[in-house]
Amino acid sequence: MSSRQGYPPTDQMTQFPRLGMRAWFIIVLLALLTVSFVLSLVFGSVEIPARQVLHILLGGEPDKPAWADIIFKFRLPKAVTAALAGAALSIAGLQMQTLFRNPLADPFILGVSSGASLGVAVVILGFNAGSTLTFIAGLSAVGDLSLALAASLGAGAVLGAVLLVSRRVQDTLTLLILGLMFGYLTNAAISLLIYFSQPERVQAFSLWSAGSFGGVTWSQMRVFLPALLLGLALAGSMSKPLNAMLLGDDYARSLGLNVRRARFWIILSASVLTGITTAFCGPLWFIGVAVPHLARSLFNSADHRVLVPSVILMGATFALFADIIAQSPGSQFVLPLNVIMSLFGVPVILWIIIRQKQLRQSFAG
Amino acid sequence: MLTAENLTIGYHRTPLAAGLDLKLRLGEMVCLVGPNGAGKSTLLRTLAGMQAPLAGTVRLGGNNMAHIPASELAKQLAVVLTGRVDAGNLSAYALVSLGRFPYTDWRGRLTARDEAAAQRAMHLTGCAALAARPIHELSDGERQRVMIARALAQEPKVLLLDEPTAFLDLPRRVELFQLLKRLARETGCAILLATHDLELALRTADQLWLISAWGVFEAGLPEELALNGALAHTFQDEGVMFDHATGTFTMHQPTNGSLCLVGEGLAAIWTRRALERIGYTVKDADADLPLRVAVSETDGQRQWCVTTPQRRAAFGTLSGLVNFLQN
Repeated sequence: MSSRQGYPPTDQMTQFPRLGMRAWFIIVLLALLTVSFVLSLVFGSVEIPARQVLHILLGGEPDKPAWADIIFKFRLPKAVTAALAGAALSIAGLQMQTLFRNPLADPFILGVSSGASLGVAVVILGFNAGSTLTFIAGLSAVGDLSLALAASLGAGAVLGAVLLVSRRVQDTLTLLILGLMFGYLTNAAISLLIYFSQPERVQAFSLWSAGSFGGVTWSQMRVFLPALLLGLALAGSMSKPLNAMLLGDDYARSLGLNVRRARFWIILSASVLTGITTAFCGPLWFIGVAVPHLARSLFNSADHRVLVPSVILMGATFALFADIIAQSPGSQFVLPLNVIMSLFGVPVILWIIIRQKQLRQSFAG
Repeated sequence: MLTAENLTIGYHRTPLAAGLDLKLRLGEMVCLVGPNGAGKSTLLRTLAGMQAPLAGTVRLGGNNMAHIPASELAKQLAVVLTGRVDAGNLSAYALVSLGRFPYTDWRGRLTARDEAAAQRAMHLTGCAALAARPIHELSDGERQRVMIARALAQEPKVLLLDEPTAFLDLPRRVELFQLLKRLARETGCAILLATHDLELALRTADQLWLISAWGVFEAGLPEELALNGALAHTFQDEGVMFDHATGTFTMHQPTNGSLCLVGEGLAAIWTRRALERIGYTVKDADADLPLRVAVSETDGQRQWCVTTPQRRAAFGTLSGLVNFLQN
């Protein structure tokens, strides 16, 4: 037993891999985002030549005055909404997956989106006072706020409850089942509300739950945009604590992280992002679980300093493309967003993940 | 560096051990041993500040640990915990660099100094060659080295390890003990490891801390604790016995009686082991017993002869002898 026996010779020339985000990742992702953003302005049920779109955006007079209206009043807010919502749900999904150390976690699975749905259901279906108000009329500035507030409250309440229990049980599987139960409970409440509601309100609610980026007007944007930017900024500042959490709570604490506080901010930002997005765009369940896996597979990393920015950019791009497809360019149909995301998203994600053959390993769980 | 006065440890007001006075010095490797459930992990967690003591104080560099902010503590004390870490698809280097957490800014950006510290930790633990490998591809031994490198990247004064050899085979365990001993010397930090590997601890540790199932704590040189019987006392249990002479554990077995063994060399040593294993008390050749086994070796041919009062038999293999005695 000589003391040096068994040690590989320490080679001072060992190449250490570069850590952290690389500039070209960001450049490629930004380029993709820009392309998808422009495409989403070009494609729609009304055909507007790409050159004209660019002309309008630069402040020029279009050939047909209506085109400027279409671009500014409909397509631009919709594209902004799609980008923000996609980024918001994706980053919230990433946060939940790391926090609960479970690859299946997304805000929906833990009942957060269900909570948001319940909040919205209560607002749309539950208010019988002044029942002459239609859903659309309800979307005045005050209505937006109450809708967003209700959704955020619903989302926050469920996440808070999950968190409270999560402090007692350490087992993630238990939490997952718990989230599922919360989901059933809120769905039951929603069904009850639907059962006792007027048909037009039910119609409005089911329209909302099909998912759409088109419902946000510029006046609503005043709530939507700052709330999501704030949530994204908060989520974006969490990559360091998220990295420590990869090692588990004990190690995170030993590194000096205040786990309880970090958990609080992570859940707060995730519930704001999910709640607001769900309030304005409906419950979009697929994107939040898919994009983080997509990012992990593509960048072959679990480092949140890489994942957080790429998930934000990829989520925005993914949502924009999904919306372009949902518009089914060249036709008058607008398909439900949820359907499109799953129909076109699932095969893409499956292909990428199966090709990597290491979903289990590429995930901390 | 790390001291404790009148420390009581335990969970939920149930003390496991009370009145502990401990002192962990820089550059020393201390092994904490004791039977399962005696509170090795609890003591380690208490010393790491991960769990509050029921009574008494832990001091790090003279300061009460309860008053050291977590971010400051992380620069002085690092841990390697038991259990596998599934940190996903991180390269070994990325994992080690997480040890720089207490030193980096809010975004977690690594400065050149941070990277140098992480790389030095990997060189010290001999895992620099694994830097680019994803950790889920590493063997248990390699992974444990990386986890130790991660702790060293914190540049701690005190390194606490809970069962670092738990998943490793014997050669890896020996290596790991040697590595930790060398690290204590080369980095000058104080190393405390809780371990089940009593025999390795006896051979390697500068100090041995002994904690018994009934809450008695003793510290001293490993040899001292073996000599004064503290080790044997702590590990006394049905079925297992600590052998003062060899520093190993032996198993009590229902005995089949005594026999005497005649012979020398390697063959005799292993024959004795085999006979003890099947339940005989083996005496030396000069004992006057009716049952005798003789091992002889001529021209590389080994032969085992058994003499009983009734008969005499010879075997060319050890299995033959064992079969005969068992029937």
